[in-house]
Amino acid sequence: MIFAVVAVAILGIGNRWGSRVFLVASVGPLAALVWAVSAASRVGNGDLPTESWTWVSSLGLIIDFRADWFSILMALLISVVGIGVFLYAVSYFENSRDVARIASALVMFAGAMFGLVISDNLLLLFVFWELTSLLSYVLIGSNEEKPGARVAALHALLVTGSGGLAMLAGFILIGESADTYSLSAIVHNPPSGMVVNVAVLLVALGAFTKSAQVPFHGWLPRAMEAPTPVSAYLHSATMVKAGVFLVARFAEPFSDTTPFGPVVVVVGCASMILGGWRALRQHDLKLLLAFGTISQLGLMMVLFGSGKEKLAIAGCVLLIAHAAYKSSLFLVVGIIDHQTHTRDIRRLGMLGRKWPVVAGVAVAAAASMAGVPPFLGFLSKELAFYGFLDWSEPSGLIVLCVVAVASAFTVAYSARFVWGAFFSVRSGRAVLDPPVSTPSPNAWFALSPLVLASLGLVLGVLPLLLESLVSGSVKSLGFEVPTIHLALWGGFNAALALSALVLVAGAWMFVGRRAIERIQARFEGVPSSVGVYDATVRGVLALSGRVTAITQSGSLRVYVAVLVLTMVALPSIPLAMNGWPGSWPSLVDSPIQAVIGIIMITAAAAAAVFHRRFASVIALSVVGYGMAALFVVQGAPDLALTQVLVETLGTVAFVLVIRHLPEKFVVAKSRGNAAAIAVSVAVAVFVFWFALSARTVSETAGPEAVVATQVESTESERGPAVEERTVSEEYLERSKPEAHGSNVVNVILVDFRGLDTLGEITVLFVAAIGIVGLIRFGARRSKDRTEVDQEVVDS
Amino acid sequence: MTTLVALVVAMLYGIGVYMILQRSLIRIVLGLSLLSHGANLLLLTSGGSAGVAAFIGRFTGDDKVVDPVPQAFVLTAIVISFAMTAFCLALAYRSWRLTGNDDVAQDEEDVRLAEMIATRNGKP
Repeated sequence: MIFAVVAVAILGIGNRWGSRVFLVASVGPLAALVWAVSAASRVGNGDLPTESWTWVSSLGLIIDFRADWFSILMALLISVVGIGVFLYAVSYFENSRDVARIASALVMFAGAMFGLVISDNLLLLFVFWELTSLLSYVLIGSNEEKPGARVAALHALLVTGSGGLAMLAGFILIGESADTYSLSAIVHNPPSGMVVNVAVLLVALGAFTKSAQVPFHGWLPRAMEAPTPVSAYLHSATMVKAGVFLVARFAEPFSDTTPFGPVVVVVGCASMILGGWRALRQHDLKLLLAFGTISQLGLMMVLFGSGKEKLAIAGCVLLIAHAAYKSSLFLVVGIIDHQTHTRDIRRLGMLGRKWPVVAGVAVAAAASMAGVPPFLGFLSKELAFYGFLDWSEPSGLIVLCVVAVASAFTVAYSARFVWGAFFSVRSGRAVLDPPVSTPSPNAWFALSPLVLASLGLVLGVLPLLLESLVSGSVKSLGFEVPTIHLALWGGFNAALALSALVLVAGAWMFVGRRAIERIQARFEGVPSSVGVYDATVRGVLALSGRVTAITQSGSLRVYVAVLVLTMVALPSIPLAMNGWPGSWPSLVDSPIQAVIGIIMITAAAAAAVFHRRFASVIALSVVGYGMAALFVVQGAPDLALTQVLVETLGTVAFVLVIRHLPEKFVVAKSRGNAAAIAVSVAVAVFVFWFALSARTVSETAGPEAVVATQVESTESERGPAVEERTVSEEYLERSKPEAHGSNVVNVILVDFRGLDTLGEITVLFVAAIGIVGLIRFGARRSKDRTEVDQEVVDS
Repeated sequence: MTTLVALVVAMLYGIGVYMILQRSLIRIVLGLSLLSHGANLLLLTSGGSAGVAAFIGRFTGDDKVVDPVPQAFVLTAIVISFAMTAFCLALAYRSWRLTGNDDVAQDEEDVRLAEMIATRNGKP
């Protein structure tokens, strides 16, 4: 709630306050922090704060919030990192435009993320999930002048959005088989079966796209187009952890009965290795961190996805550690970028001497990332190794090896980051570049990364502070664990040896980085995730272009022909199923009908054949007068009268218009003519058949047989059974006594169906207005108008 | 409905469709007129074959009275199709004033797209 208010307020304040709106914005996460702390005290006393409103009960959509330790852990991450990022953004966006938009989107994002971690209803969770995707789109693309940013934003939205849809499908399957959408109830009492297996894999797919796991990782490095505070907040500390959050929630209940666990572990391992490997060759500091994030998220996936309580402990610690060090590293990159306008480590270096504080922050954070004692990162890695060594199955050993290799990569790219940015001496080719100016950042700018990085140190030295939080989180994920004791020093054991080995290996890789770069150069040709995505998008666009080119030729004639053929083809199916009507009706009612009919057909054909406009129009009016004659024969004098009037007016109107046009039509010997003839023959055949079929219907069950007898009886007595009468009979019967008119057709028009006639007059009036508008710039405005007005009077 | 009337209706429809598939706007308007004639005739005669007009007092019990309801429909339809014809005529007139001809132009956007695709396929 508070988030929404703050976001709106920021939009209201607008750009007048400049980047200081971020101070206002930090009220949002501050409120979340207060809430989280107060909730933590309540949860500590054993009661889970819940809130619930029913939204759409028929869909099981209940706004259901529930806070357990794990939610609080996530909420703390969101609020603490959020405050840090907002304070930092005050300096970062100092001279930018459109600050208010970014600020309000960031606050809304914080709100959505907060809602995501505390919602207890799967559908509600999905709503928040998609909200974060959308806001991520807005934030990545916030610099609308950079085409790269727009492409990156779309990439992120498409990938995470489609993953979210898969996840929604999974949620619905799970919700239907569990008969509830409450997350806590499902986790407490998980459903099982084939449907659930599919469902959890769909959910895992959503988590993978959100957390940028292989093979969907391509969007995350691209998203580095976003302003750095956004990258720090969304793409390292919080949003990408939503996938991890979901996996953590689902791991314990589903890892035994479904393929959820193995799939998550395999994907996580692949992401770890690939992310670390790619991070080793990046020159852009942000990209380096982005691939590092992919790798670290992979590790978290493995830790939580395995469904083992010790690994889950390590996962919780890593969540905290990663949020602290990765966001501070991003903020450091932001400082570098903001001050020097480059993030390329080939151009940077030697910054350490100029900015000792920033360099210190970076070293501390990178050391935590690499797992150097006494930082929190070391503790999480230690716990992870400890947990893996406990994994008795042989697969555990393989995973352990993968984790060790990936950790070595992590060490190597951490070193590369610090060295490249702060200590390396620029060499060779880079000297050719213009030297980078390095104005020092002010103290405020460096405050947030400093605080965040020192969190890693403080918590690493005093892990006691985390004990209740972590053990509570692991418990609320469904694991049964005794109270955990976190300690930096676990004694000399295998885990410590592994940590040391990893550090040494990483250092060796860093020293031998030239050789590694050479090896990596050989893999240039391997298709990347970004390449696959781009090719897919291009393919879809080309396909739609081709389809459009085929279906939309741009010719009105083709469209009309397609419409007409559809109109013929679809009703032909029931007609054909009914078969031939059986008998032919009598040829003509009277000889005169035959004469009129032949004249009309001839005239219609003539209208089509003539090339002179005038002749065509005359032929058309012959058809029209023929119609009037047929009406007379049919027994419809009113129609005949109207037809004659209308035809006369119509002919006059035609003549008035074609007077201005060239005498002849443009004779186009286009190849479409044969097709037009074919279409019209098809239509003619269809209509003939249809008319004959309609005849059999009307003459077997139609009104007029009954009408004759009915009228007879009307005059002698009241009609027999009411239900047998048709509308026509009613009209015939009531016309005289109720409407005092003997011409039944007229009575219907002006009395029984008077409103219809009113509508008809309205149509005429609208047409008249349209005609006046179209002709207005012409010379004959008044004339046309009189004609139509007169027709209104006639009808 | 007699066979001959069915034939007339069919011919009106067929020729009408042929006309609206032409490029000249005036011919399209003529085609629309023919189509509406055909529709009116079909509607009317599907109510039954010829008979005595439905004037109360003009027929006796033995006469075959025509159904008044289709007639009322058709009367409305005649007037409305006249309004439409007049409107289309005004459109054709306007088009002629603006472009100097009364041809239906191709949709430029679609044509350009088709050309774009064609050139891309030609030069991959």
